[in-house]
This record gives sequence, C-alpha cells and structure tokens, in this order.
Amino acid sequence: MHIDLRTISIKPQRQAFDHLIRRFGDKQASRYQEGSYDIQAVENLHYRPTWDPDQALYDEGITRIVMQDWYAIKDPRQFYYSTYTLTRARQQETTEANFNFVETRGLGDMLPENLRQIALNVLVPLRHAAWGANMNNTFICGYGYGTTFTQPCMYHATDHLGIAQYLSRLGLLLGDTEALDKGKAAWMEGEAWQPMRRYLEDCLVVRDPFELFVAQNAALDGLLYPLIYERIVDDYLSTQGGSAVAMLCQFMNDWFDETSKWIDAVLKTVAAESSANRAQLEIWTAQHSEKAAKAVLPVVRLGLADEADDAVVEALAAFKARMKKTGIAF
Amino acid sequence: MDAKVNRKKLGLKEKYKLLTRDLGWEPSYHAKEKIFPYATYEGIKIHDWDKWEDPFRLTMDSYWKYQAEKERKFYAIIDAHAQNNGHLNLTDARYLSALKIFLQAISPGEYAASKGFARVGREFPGVGTQVACQMQAIDEIRHAQTQIHAMSNYNRFYNGFHAFAQQRDRIWYTSVARSFFDDAMSAGPFEFMIAIGFSFEYVLTNLLFVPFMSGAAYNGDMATVTFGFSAQSDEARHMTLGLECIKFMLEQDPANLPIIQSWIDKWFWRGFRLLGLVGTMMDYMLPKRVMSWREAWDIYGVANGTALFKDLARYGIRPPKSWDDAEAGIDHMSHQFMLGFYQWSFGTCFHSWIPSDEDMAWLAEKYPKSFNQYYLPRWQHIKKLAEAGTPFKNFGVAKLCQTCQLPTVFTEPDEASLLCHREGDYKGEKYHYCSDHCKEIFDNEPEKYIQSWLPLPQLFQAPNFGDIGAWMAWVDLKDGIDNGDYVGSQDEANFQAWRGLATSNSNAQAQGEQ
Amino acid sequence: MSTVFIALQANEQTRPIIEAIVLDNPHAIVNQEPAMVKIDAEGTLVIRQQTVEELMGRAFELQELHVNLISLSGNVDETDETLTLCWNA
Repeated sequence: MHIDLRTISIKPQRQAFDHLIRRFGDKQASRYQEGSYDIQAVENLHYRPTWDPDQALYDEGITRIVMQDWYAIKDPRQFYYSTYTLTRARQQETTEANFNFVETRGLGDMLPENLRQIALNVLVPLRHAAWGANMNNTFICGYGYGTTFTQPCMYHATDHLGIAQYLSRLGLLLGDTEALDKGKAAWMEGEAWQPMRRYLEDCLVVRDPFELFVAQNAALDGLLYPLIYERIVDDYLSTQGGSAVAMLCQFMNDWFDETSKWIDAVLKTVAAESSANRAQLEIWTAQHSEKAAKAVLPVVRLGLADEADDAVVEALAAFKARMKKTGIAF
Repeated sequence: MDAKVNRKKLGLKEKYKLLTRDLGWEPSYHAKEKIFPYATYEGIKIHDWDKWEDPFRLTMDSYWKYQAEKERKFYAIIDAHAQNNGHLNLTDARYLSALKIFLQAISPGEYAASKGFARVGREFPGVGTQVACQMQAIDEIRHAQTQIHAMSNYNRFYNGFHAFAQQRDRIWYTSVARSFFDDAMSAGPFEFMIAIGFSFEYVLTNLLFVPFMSGAAYNGDMATVTFGFSAQSDEARHMTLGLECIKFMLEQDPANLPIIQSWIDKWFWRGFRLLGLVGTMMDYMLPKRVMSWREAWDIYGVANGTALFKDLARYGIRPPKSWDDAEAGIDHMSHQFMLGFYQWSFGTCFHSWIPSDEDMAWLAEKYPKSFNQYYLPRWQHIKKLAEAGTPFKNFGVAKLCQTCQLPTVFTEPDEASLLCHREGDYKGEKYHYCSDHCKEIFDNEPEKYIQSWLPLPQLFQAPNFGDIGAWMAWVDLKDGIDNGDYVGSQDEANFQAWRGLATSNSNAQAQGEQ
Repeated sequence: MSTVFIALQANEQTRPIIEAIVLDNPHAIVNQEPAMVKIDAEGTLVIRQQTVEELMGRAFELQELHVNLISLSGNVDETDETLTLCWNA
C-alpha cells in the first residue's frame, strides 16, 4: 500500500512544549529555545553533593550574582550544539586552508627571522593561557546555573582548546617541537610570562562561576585578544612582512569579534537585573581588568617593545568603553 | 631558504600529546590541591597522570568537522520527517509511549551527564582526562538536544510529550532515572566516571540504544533511529573513555581495586534497574518487535559483559556481585514493569494497554521460563476485568525502593512467585528496598540515601494533600488525555483518522480530536 | 577467546569500509541488522586505512569512521594507519 503522506494536511494538537509556551507564547518554538530553556533539573533534587554538602546539585547560591530567572540570559548567536558545530566546521575549513597555504608555499620559512622570533615568543606560550581559559570556561559550564548561561561556556571552552591547538600547530610549523618546548619554558619561568601565568592560576582557584566569567572572558580576553591578534599580529607583523602569521591567526580574530557579542549580552542582562548585580560587576571588572592589564603588559612588550605601554593603556580604555555599553562603569 | 626548519614527522599519538596534555602545566602560584580540591577525598590514588592513555585522539578541528557532518545528516532527516508527516509512517501510535518515557526520563539524564562531565572535565588533575571528559560534556548536550528536537514534532500531534520538563522533576517514574544521575553527580569525580563512563556507557548503553533503535527502525520511526544511531556514534568514544579510565585507575595503585570494585557492584545494579524501563519498551511497547529484552541482554549484556570482565580480571576485578540476580531478573522485569504501568496508568503521562493474544504468544515464545507460568494468568485476569467493564486500577500508592525509586514490584531472584521486599532501620526510621542489592547500596551510604526525594509520598504533601486531581495538575498530567489505556485514547483516534485520510481520497482538513 | 565487535550504519559510505574489514579479517562475521551492520570477530579486529582507501578510490582518514560508527566493544588502539579492537583475555 502506498501512502502519500505529504498531500494531507492535519492540524497539530499544540504548537510547542508547555514550558516554552509559558515563556514565549502559543507558537512554534525555535530549536535554540527547545534545546536551551528549562532543560536543567530544578527541584526535588535527591542528594547533596558529597564533594561539598553545603551546595545543592544545581545551586544558584554559589555566585554573588542574583538572578530572578537565570534564563533571562540569552546567547545572541543562538548557539545550540548544531549551529555551534556547523559554524566552527566552516571556520576550521578556512583555517585548514590557511595552514595549508602557508605550509605548501613555504611561507613560514620565508618569514624574516626577527618576525619569526616575535611570533614564536609571543604566540606559542599563549597556548597554555588558552588552556587555562578552557579550564575556566569548563568550570563555569559545570557549576553555573541555567542552560542559556552555561551552554555557551562549554562551547567557549572547546573553542579555547581549539585555539590552544592552532597555536601549537603554529609553533610546530614555525619552529618544530623545540618551539613548543621553549614556549613552555618561557611560560613556566620566563619573566615576561609570570604575571600572566599567575593571573590564570588565580582564576583557577576562583569558585564563583560568574566572577570567573568576568575575570576570564571579559577582563583577560578583552585585553589580550585585541592586543595580541590585532595590535601585534595584524598591525605590526603583517606590515613588516609577516602576513603568513596573520593568516594562521585569522580564526582568533574572527572568533574574538563573534564571542564578544555574546559576552557583552550576558553582562548587559545581568547588570540590568539589579543595582546590586551592577555594583558587583563594577567591582569585579575594575579589579580584574587592572590585574589583567598588568599581566598582559610584559607579553605585549615582547612584540611591541617601547610601544607596549601605550598600547595597553589604549586597550584598557577601549575595554572600559566596551563595558560601559553593557552598563558597567568602572 | 637556509632558515628552513627541519620538521620531524610526528605520529598520531605523539602529535595528539603535544596538542592536549602538553598544554597543561604544574602550577606554582597556588597549591595543586586548591586548584583540584575534589581529586583525593574518595581515596583513589593516582601517581602519574601522564600514564593516561587517550581513548580516541580527536583534535578540535577534526571534532568540529566530523560532528558537523553528523549534524547535517541528522537535521536533514528530522526536517524531512516533520515536513512529510513522517509520524504517520509509524506502525501504530501506541509505539509513542516508548518515546514519551524516553523524553521524560532519559533525555534529562543526557543533560545531567553533560553537566557532570563538565565538572569532572575540570576537576581531574590530568589534562588527557580533562579533554576527554570535556568532549563528552559537549556531546551529551548534543544528545539532549537532538532528542528534544526529534520528538518536538511528535509533541505537536500527540499527547504525553508536552510537559517533559516539569515531569522530569515531579512525576514518579522519572525519579528512577533522575535519582540515578543525581547519585552519580553527587559522588566524587572518580565514582562519577565509574558510574556514567564505565557502568552506564560501557556496560549498559548498547542495550539502551542499539536494539531499541533497531526497534524504532522496524516501527517506521526514522526520527528516533536517526538520533539514536547518531548519538551512539558518540557513545563509541564515551565507552572507550570509560574503559580507559577504569584501566588507568586500576593500574595506578593496587589500593584502588577494592574501591572500584564496590563502585562497579553498586553502579551495575543501579543501571540494571534503570534499564528495566527500556526492557519494557522493547517487550511491550513496540507494535513490531525486533528482539526481546532477553535476547538483547544475551547479545549486548552477557556476551559483552563477560568479555569485558574477563579482560579486567587481570587487575583483580570480578563481575558485579549482582550479576546472577540480574540474569535471573531479566526473564521477569519487563512483565513486572508493564503490569505496574498498566495498573497505575492513571498516573503515567503515557498510555499502556493489555497485550493482544498475538503479543502474548510472542512473549510466551521469548520467555519460555517465565511468561506462561507467571504473567499470562495475570494478564488474562486483567483482560477479563476490562471486558466486564471494570478495568483493573490500583489507586493504592506503591512502596518505593529508597535506593532505586522503583515500586517494589519485583520478585525474589530464586522464587518468581514471591514478591521481594526488604526493610531496614536507620537512626530510628524505617526504609524499604526492592532487593538485597539496593539495601546494600543504602547501607554503604545511608547518609546519602536518606535524602532521597520519594515522589509518591508527595501526593500527600503540600500542595496536593492526597488530592489526585491536584497532584495531576502539579505534574502537568492531563487526565483522560495523557494517561490511561491506549485503547480509546485520543492518540489512537487521531492516528487512525489521519492515516485514514492518507489512504483515502478525502481532501478535507483533518482536525484531529480536540 | 572473547568476541569484539564494531557496528556501523548501513549506507553507501560504509559499504567499502565493511568490505575492507571483511578482507582484512577473514575470521569476522557480518550480521545485517535493521539500518546497521554489526561485525563480530573473535579476539581482534583490524581496520586498515590502506585497504579502505583502495576500495573507496580516495584518501580516507580513519577518524572519518566516527561519522557512521554506531558502537564497538574491546580495547581500542588507534594509529595513523590502523584501528584495532581487541580483548586481552
């Protein structure tokens, strides 16, 4: 028996799941909404964690930020797993093509030696910083409350792992395994890197998920990415004949632009929730960005030498202006 | 060109090491114990995290590439399924009860697993382990979402799916699954790995996904086949992670063996009880059956489990203590569950029904040791009552097991005509259990299990106070629509009517029964 | 000797992979099941990149397997050229 199912028109019994109709009205829900809202358990949790009986399994109280409803936070990119993965898959194709281009044409070998050294000295140790950022975002995802807040943090964590891997490949391409060894030694003992490593280790002991979000995603990355990838890689190295390095770092630039919109949207919603939240965000942003500026300065000097101080002052001013737009003045 | 770097050719393993564990570092500004505060309290001793063997060596770029390919395939099929009224290809709408249970009980578990893996992906002090756990964390978000997306279209046309988010936290039978995941997440990182990564993923998920998804294929449900197989392709990585993790823990220190063995004993039984739900779906809820729960167990449980525990014997691991009782229970549990669901069907957000004569003949053939002797007479009695117009309903509240949260409907492992029920006292309170194993699990950690939220007593507490109507509103169950017998239900009537439209020449807009 | 297995989705992409497995593992048993193919083998089972490439007529990364993999059992050993499943006992 052949059934032509397409030709019949039947009326749905309902438009969407109840919890989405309650939030968004009686209409079909988007896949972002279906995959993000109210999918974390809320009540009648069975046991207290043995690792910290003072917390509930999902606990709104472990951050100083207070939200009436954590699902007020939204990812403007509307990333759920599928849209996230498809976006990154497209980008990795471009990145792969870029690596391939540089490699097959020997562009890495043609880099002037001083530029290669700057690229290796500045970029390779950053793979460890990216790893720290991965850990911090994994933490926020694990312990933060509400899927619309935590889900993008998991994507952000795997992005940082991807960046750490791209930086490692850049090191291998420009300086083989010795470059990675030297980069790690610099990270562990080099004077220029100690404030940065200290900043990340300080972050690794912060157990307030939202404070960590501010310290890592807003304050540190908000200074580091513009300074490294715009100022040093795009502006300085490219104009000196190091555009091969810029090709290898294109992902990081695009990624920073994209993810900043998400970070700003999160901060804006949380700051607008209450004056207490806003005040807390102002304290955290001020504290951490001041520390972060000190941590990035010696690294920026590796690339920009005497111009570094001014560059950091400018970046800090730009960051303040950016935060101001989210409602956080410091 | 004299500056040319002489690059070494790196093998997959070497390269992957550089791209993962070499990223980590020994902290010096804070003590390691402050960065990883939960790594030691369970008593597991790890001397060298570098001995960790990576399960699969996917870097992020390959991960994005291959996962995106899977996603494209998945959503293409889901879209086509929705556009072409794919739901009318089902053998029968009664099949959807299996999916309703899945969405209410299993998909939230996928999400919980994602949170849990994010936590252990941060708490383990070894980078290789962190990376593997983080990938599982993001995969599990995928599974929760693909399942919700696949079932979203069924929700538009059929009852029982609409309130899965509330029912996850409130209705009685989902508490079985949620207590399982809550239990794992409230444990330390190593126990979590044994619970989810090893016992659930390695020992049991093949049983959850493979035969069940074949069942979906047999019953014309392309949406579920697609999410099932697509999810299972990630499970292959997860299972391998579970196995690597257990081998790593066992190799690190001989003192780990007894701790791990006790977790295997515990989590095998917890998982076995939980998967009884799947057994019921397979034996009773598939209009067209692919294999019995017993057969699936023989292939994926016994054959695989035996091979696995033989392999682990070199570390001193023995099969779970409850293995023999599980083996004995296999011939009974799906029947006991379905009888339970039928008599409490006023309180389920899915339909149950009395199996047809043909179904019962099939069950008798597949369960020669148990069906005719123990369950056929009960179904015949129930059928007689239904035919007389006085269907059997049990409005009494079942005793729930304090550990696994299931009603105590099981029989003694060695005597299938005797209900199995255990009691215990702790600090002056009386507790009930469905089995010796659940009692033992409680006795090992009483302070944990006295906290169990028991969903049935909730009927008598605020805001319900014994009022079944109030309780139904509280769990978002629409009486007479979501619950009860499939025969005579709106789902049945609509499915028949819509199918009728598809096979006749009527062009009228079908309204469906409102 | 225990049995290892690998299960793949039944589709055009996996056809040459399954063929390659059969060629490289004469002891393997192929079971056709609804929408999937399950291959059992005593002791070990090896998938060789080279054999798959020859049958496909194009370059094939072993990690492409993930796209159509349903399940497996046994210890996994992954190199550039092979993927091996085995039980040690």
